Amino acid sequence: MFKLLRSDALELRWMIGVDPASEGLALARSKGLEASHEGVDWLLTQPELPDVVFEATSAHVHVKNAPRYREAGIRAVDLTPAAVGPYVIPPANLTEHINEMNVNMVTCGGQATIPMVYAVSRVVPVPYAEIVATVSSRSAGPGTRHNIDEFTRTTAAGVVNLGRAGRGKAIIILNPAEPPMMMVNTIYCAIPEDADEGAIAGSIEQVAKEVASYVPGYRLRQRPQFDSAREDRPPRVTVFVEVEGAGDYLPPYAGNLDIMTAAATKVGEEIACSLVAAASGTDTRGAA
Amino acid sequence: MPYSDNLDIRITDTSLRDGSHAKGHQFDEEMARSVIAGLDSAGVPVIEVTHGDGLGGSSFNYGFSKVSERTLMKVAVETANRAKIAALMLPGLGTMDDIAAAADIGVSVIRIATHATEADISVQHFGLARDLGLETVGFLMMAHSVRPAMLAEQGRIMVDAGCQCVYVVDSAAALVLEQVGDRVSALVAEIGSAAGVGFHGHENLALGVANSVCAIRAGATQLDGSARRLGAGAGNTPTEALAAVCEKLGIRTGIDVLRMFDVAEEIVRPVMDAECTLDRLSLIMGYAGVYSSFLRHAYRAADRYGVSGAEILLRCGERKLVGGQEDQIIEIAVDLAEAKAAGVTAAIR
Repeated sequence: MFKLLRSDALELRWMIGVDPASEGLALARSKGLEASHEGVDWLLTQPELPDVVFEATSAHVHVKNAPRYREAGIRAVDLTPAAVGPYVIPPANLTEHINEMNVNMVTCGGQATIPMVYAVSRVVPVPYAEIVATVSSRSAGPGTRHNIDEFTRTTAAGVVNLGRAGRGKAIIILNPAEPPMMMVNTIYCAIPEDADEGAIAGSIEQVAKEVASYVPGYRLRQRPQFDSAREDRPPRVTVFVEVEGAGDYLPPYAGNLDIMTAAATKVGEEIACSLVAAASGTDTRGAA
Repeated sequence: MPYSDNLDIRITDTSLRDGSHAKGHQFDEEMARSVIAGLDSAGVPVIEVTHGDGLGGSSFNYGFSKVSERTLMKVAVETANRAKIAALMLPGLGTMDDIAAAADIGVSVIRIATHATEADISVQHFGLARDLGLETVGFLMMAHSVRPAMLAEQGRIMVDAGCQCVYVVDSAAALVLEQVGDRVSALVAEIGSAAGVGFHGHENLALGVANSVCAIRAGATQLDGSARRLGAGAGNTPTEALAAVCEKLGIRTGIDVLRMFDVAEEIVRPVMDAECTLDRLSLIMGYAGVYSSFLRHAYRAADRYGVSGAEILLRCGERKLVGGQEDQIIEIAVDLAEAKAAGVTAAIR
């Protein structure tokens, strides 16, 4: 909500939930938004409808809502694992899907790591890439915990389809250390033996900057490390990334949650700009 | 209460799983075949075969397997006459597809491992395993890092999800005697009638067998060992010594002790790259509470970046890393190398 309120391209109007006692809805009202606990039914009966909706419910709820948004001509940015629409990672493929009625934000680990796989694969072929996302236990909610396979499968698929690696693997680790640790990610890409290390490192830095433009707490923790082939593994580059949250509503260590909302805001803004460009003079509004 | 009518405790040998760490995951079919045949002939009731980090562990982060674990599990199932074959899996790394594949191969015991505070990420995996008719074991890793009551709470989550035996897993070998007993007792008190309790020990403080006896006295009925200690860190509780000590204490394991000594010496030792020894880095892991499989990675990173392996492991302890965070070892080594270079530059100035 805070990110959408700050956005120049989007005007946040509505906040919808299902719990009358919701703290989030009360907060939304205090920020001057129209808030309702009567769900999407309420939104769709309003005299004026949004152009873009951001949905962060659960996969099965979004599957039911998605066709209704489509019928109403509302673009949906899906933060659930439903994946009704194509996956979007801003630096890798946002422009490809800018006209879709529904786009999906992959996973937090995907938003943090796939840009780095993409950064390498646009310089050299990457036959295999692997990502390790470590998040603080406190920032992993019941949705992630009860379906952790969904994280590994979806992220690994994104490493291949959006990161453009030949094969992909994703690993998620929860660390209960107190005080909570920041989200850290390690990205390993297999590369050719004669790869141009300078070009790869330059591309990594450039994409990291691009991500940092919409996720200010996104940074490289170390210089990329290059290793030549060993008997038991191919040559590789290893990239270390951390994500510090903006601390809007959730604490800064929860970078994994922040990167999802920050990336979704970026996608919403790009959609809004394309809508404005397509029909200049029309207002653009977002609802979260 | 004894494990069964014939056994007071049931021992699982994990030299072909935890031992995979010490082998840099380079086991081949022939090695697996000979070790399985040997352990089976000595009456070891359960033998675990998987990549050291569990199903799906073959990776940049943990090391690629020379021969796929599915091939090795198949060899194990074909070779064992009496022993059940077990596989390990860590939710977040392996998936339910891996469990289903292991069941198809004929693996009959699945051991599902989480960090000691994160049991709820295993719920769907236990559910699937039980649906597939697998015997289930839950591993609460780094058990030294939480109090007994917390461990019991986490064990309850696994049991409610379908786990038939919860293990106190001393991944760092940081637990000392009563500390093992207290944790086993807390689990027995919480889940005693619903499921069994087990203990998995390492040798980093030379307490594998002694800690196992403490666990048995507190009510554990499943224990892990590795022939010739073949395992992560300074190795695991040696199966042959555990079997011998149990016999002396009148605890029935079903293992032929003298035959087990032969298997450890004549079959397992030749498969090993080197003995698993109680060296400085292993001691540091037990002392500072560092996950045992970090050992080989710390050696390699120390060598690659010209920094101290001991320093790397101490930093791992300071950062409270959990099992699976091998990637951080590289980052720590690079940081240390940079600090060292900066120090040298400062000294020249």
